[in-house]
Amino acid sequence: MAERNPAGVPVLNGIDLQVKTGEVIVILGPSGCGKSTLLRCLNGLEVAHSGSLNFAGRELLDKGTDWRKVRQQIGMVFQSYHLFPHMNVLDNLLLGPLKVQKRDRREARDQAEALLARVGLSDKRDAFPRQLSGGQQQRIAIVRPLCMNPHVMLFDEVTAALDPEMVKEVLEVIQGLARDGMTLLIVTHEMAFARAVADRIVFMDGGRILEQNPPGIFFTNPQTARAQQFLEKFSYVAALPQTTQTKELELL
Amino acid sequence: MNFDYAFILSTLPAFLNAVGVTLQVGFIAIGTSLLVALINATILVFRTPYLQRLVGLYVELARNTPLLIQLFFVYFALPALGIKVSGFAAAIITMTFLGGAYLTEVLRAGIDAVPLAQLESGRSIGLSHGQLLRYVILPQAGILGLPSLFANFIFLLKETTVVSAVAVPEILYTTKSYIALYYKTY
Ligand SMILES: Nc1ncnc2c1ncn2[C@@H]1O[C@H](COP(=O)(O)OP(=O)(O)OP(=O)(O)O)[C@@H](O)[C@H]1O
Ligand SMILES: [Mg+2]
Repeated sequence: MAERNPAGVPVLNGIDLQVKTGEVIVILGPSGCGKSTLLRCLNGLEVAHSGSLNFAGRELLDKGTDWRKVRQQIGMVFQSYHLFPHMNVLDNLLLGPLKVQKRDRREARDQAEALLARVGLSDKRDAFPRQLSGGQQQRIAIVRPLCMNPHVMLFDEVTAALDPEMVKEVLEVIQGLARDGMTLLIVTHEMAFARAVADRIVFMDGGRILEQNPPGIFFTNPQTARAQQFLEKFSYVAALPQTTQTKELELL
Repeated sequence: MNFDYAFILSTLPAFLNAVGVTLQVGFIAIGTSLLVALINATILVFRTPYLQRLVGLYVELARNTPLLIQLFFVYFALPALGIKVSGFAAAIITMTFLGGAYLTEVLRAGIDAVPLAQLESGRSIGLSHGQLLRYVILPQAGILGLPSLFANFIFLLKETTVVSAVAVPEILYTTKSYIALYYKTY
């Protein structure tokens, strides 16, 4: 799969990624390497110019693809929440189920309230986004696509805009989804979280996937020099390779 | 000064009627202008190729030619081309042409103030273009653009007086006819 920016320079190139149902993928890589672009290609916010994108047995890069249908099955959460500021929490959550999926109001509302309870925000259903903390808004923003019963969820640095004390409450929600067996693709800079939640780490640089490995291997024994350099910046990760090890690996 | 109250009173019904017609033209024109502006805004929000350029051209043209010229064009030039319009219709067409352009600008300003991220956010839950506009963009653009929207409504109502020039029995026209008839300005 490849994607180009307006200048014609490929932003993504030769991306070959297969995700199984129930798998939790964490995408790591330096800023500007194309992580967001990759996620956005998966739900059609960005259109890949060449290659193939297969979802549930269907080719999504075909002209006839109904992205509105696909987006109901592939939920996305953004870095800055992007809730609808003119609607209260419940209306934010129900817009998709009622207007896009045309579901019964009572049934959709019951589901929304159950999900709200699950993220500990039952008492906020009538609040407006501006009345909520960043962590609360982000938990609502996670519930919003969940209300449409998606098969896959995409998370693009969803804790990057949060104060440190709110990061945990959001990550716990995602961890809960992972435990439930939902398919997740997560872009994050929270290394400890990545290590704990991922079935597989996908490391990107310069619009390419440089390596894909289980976290146990990636964090202790990265296969590429770029990944080692990248991990050195997160020295607080307990199992980071020693400097001497790193040098040896570079020689290999 | 020596007001001829009896004369002023005798012309009052005609004036009231004229005010009624002005308001009628004004309010219909506000409605049709809003409709035109909404269509244009949709084209602009979703960056519809070619049509987007056309909207830009229309807005420039409508805003940079005098209302009277537009009116004369509709009232005199169109019949010459075989399209017959009444004074009332000509007034509404002209006011819509002008008002549509101004309200397009108001909506565009409001829409520009809605962050692009809101569009993507709405897209990501599967909203269609129409639903995006209706539930996400316009409510936010409308709130942001409300004061200038009202200012433009008032502007349109005031401009309606200009349509007297095409024989709609309207305030200015009524005044002029009475002046012509009686050579009295008060
Ligand atoms: N709309 C755009 N037009 C042109 N270039 C773009 C556009 N969006 C992104 N890019 C470029 O594509 C590359 C990848 O961007 P992307 O946002 O996917 O990176 P990222 O890995 O998510 O970075 P970060 O960690 O900072 O979020 C960058 O070099 C960026 O400059
Ligand atoms: Mg990004």
